[in-house]
Amino acid sequence: MKNMLEIRWHGRGGQGAKTAALLLGEAAIRTGKFVQAFPEYGPERMGAPVQSFDRISDEPITLHCSVTNPEVVVVLDASLMECVDVTAGLSEDGVLLINTSQSPDEIRQHINWQGQKLYTVNASAIAMETVKKNVPNTPMMGALLKATNLMNFESMLEDTKHKMEKKFKNRPEIVEGNMAAIRRAYEEVKI
Amino acid sequence: MEKAIETMSSSGTTGKAEQKKEFQARTGNEAMAEAMRQINPDVCAAYPITPATEIVQIFANFVNDGLVKTEFITVESEHSAMSACIGSASSGARTMTATSSQGLALMYEMLYIAAGYRLPIVLAEVNRALSSPINIHCDHSDTMGGRDSGWIQLFSENAQEAYDNLIQAVRIAEHPDVLLPAWASTDGFIISHGMENIEIYPDEAVRQFIGEYKPAFTLLDNRKPFTLGAADLQDFYFEHRRAAYEGMRAAKKVILEIGREFGNKFGTTYGFFEGVHLEDAEVVMVALGSTAGTARVAIENLRERGIKAGLLKLRVFRPFPAEELVKALAHVPAIAVMDRSDSFNAQAGPLATEIKSALYDAGQHPKLINYIYGLGGRDIHFKELEQILEQTLQAGEPKDLNSRVVYWGVRE
Repeated sequence: MKNMLEIRWHGRGGQGAKTAALLLGEAAIRTGKFVQAFPEYGPERMGAPVQSFDRISDEPITLHCSVTNPEVVVVLDASLMECVDVTAGLSEDGVLLINTSQSPDEIRQHINWQGQKLYTVNASAIAMETVKKNVPNTPMMGALLKATNLMNFESMLEDTKHKMEKKFKNRPEIVEGNMAAIRRAYEEVKI
Repeated sequence: MEKAIETMSSSGTTGKAEQKKEFQARTGNEAMAEAMRQINPDVCAAYPITPATEIVQIFANFVNDGLVKTEFITVESEHSAMSACIGSASSGARTMTATSSQGLALMYEMLYIAAGYRLPIVLAEVNRALSSPINIHCDHSDTMGGRDSGWIQLFSENAQEAYDNLIQAVRIAEHPDVLLPAWASTDGFIISHGMENIEIYPDEAVRQFIGEYKPAFTLLDNRKPFTLGAADLQDFYFEHRRAAYEGMRAAKKVILEIGREFGNKFGTTYGFFEGVHLEDAEVVMVALGSTAGTARVAIENLRERGIKAGLLKLRVFRPFPAEELVKALAHVPAIAVMDRSDSFNAQAGPLATEIKSALYDAGQHPKLINYIYGLGGRDIHFKELEQILEQTLQAGEPKDLNSRVVYWGVRE
């Protein structure tokens, strides 16, 4: 499959890795892309390492095997890097995006991956300030769009807002908090 | 005639593909629930089981929100679910349910009764391994367990086909020449929980397509009383089973007619199977479900390297399209048959067994290697499918069981 982008999300159960993959996928479909978004189903429970995936292409996607060589890896929780090989299968010209208070140079000191496109953003701090809860998944979507130019940022924001408004009908503060979080991470990610 | 059969028995996109499609984001389970909403059955009786739970959960919301007029019956097991479906369908109600794996296995006794009563119940089935050991992931053991029960069985490559197949299943099952229950299946998690682009047709168009249900008989019509479920011993049991067989034979014609009608209305024509690069293929993979999609990529990659590979994606497993299938494979010297379940007959997987039987009747003897793969959801990568095709092409004529049946990707 040429011109297909594969993204792997690493998170801990409860951090919204699956939701992020689905929200991003849905937004990409709105912009005319072909998409697959799916979580890895294992013995997941709150706090356990989990993964989810996106495939995004301009053409229909027929592959139904797992994603083994993603172009982009998003890490929702930097502590995972102590127990999960988050760069497995990620080529050196891929993108590695991490939610952490550390800088890319600090992260580089304890990983083996040599690629240039290593970006960090403190999505947890942003989420605590905007959503009042450590939900790093939506801000990481904003950072991801800055890091990859995957699709138009405003279109993604609009689509995500639309879907969150449906889900949180009577809680506009959650929708607004998430929108602010996405925008801030988009602006604050260190590229 | 030759050409007509070819067209009839293969699926593919027709004219409407040229138009720009409006895509929605749906998982396989959401797609099947959406089909159920549009079908708007009179009755749905179901019991939750992973990974099919969402289908009925979403549908229950439709019931609660008044989007369907369905009588929704919660029951205490899948055996009860199918029993309630049988009662409902006997009274002439359009009846649906959904299940998976152990749930389908628990329905087993009632599956035969639904078919024997000639009740056009439609089931959304999500393929999952059977215990033991316990496993929630995809293989075809559950579906294959029901292959002799008298149900029509349609496999789906992706969420779109799951949706399209479930809609068509209603028409096929209810056709007066058929009158047999039918299920459309998807691959557990791979399709059921994977979100993809899918085209949802307008409610009204789907409603027109499936039409109003006019049951062939109803126990509630006291002007036309009849007996259902009576003892049927040496005198007539055989005739009734034979009549059900006739329904299954007739289903072959009906499935093609409805597949064509569906194509005219919605854009994609469905047949018994779909061929990709069959015409000049030197090696062909026969596969069911989501693996067929992955195989498309493997085939194209091999073609780029000058290897003439092809794919035959089987959609209809019951009735088994033996004559059409062997005709499509008549010129193919090497075949890799992919079975995502084992029949434990110490001979071959269920799909390979059927294909070999059909080839024997046609007097064809290609090199055929059966690959048992992906049990319990073990991933099958497109690169592995490339290896399988190359290996099949290069292999000598299989001489013993070990070279005929390869357990692919298992640690031994």
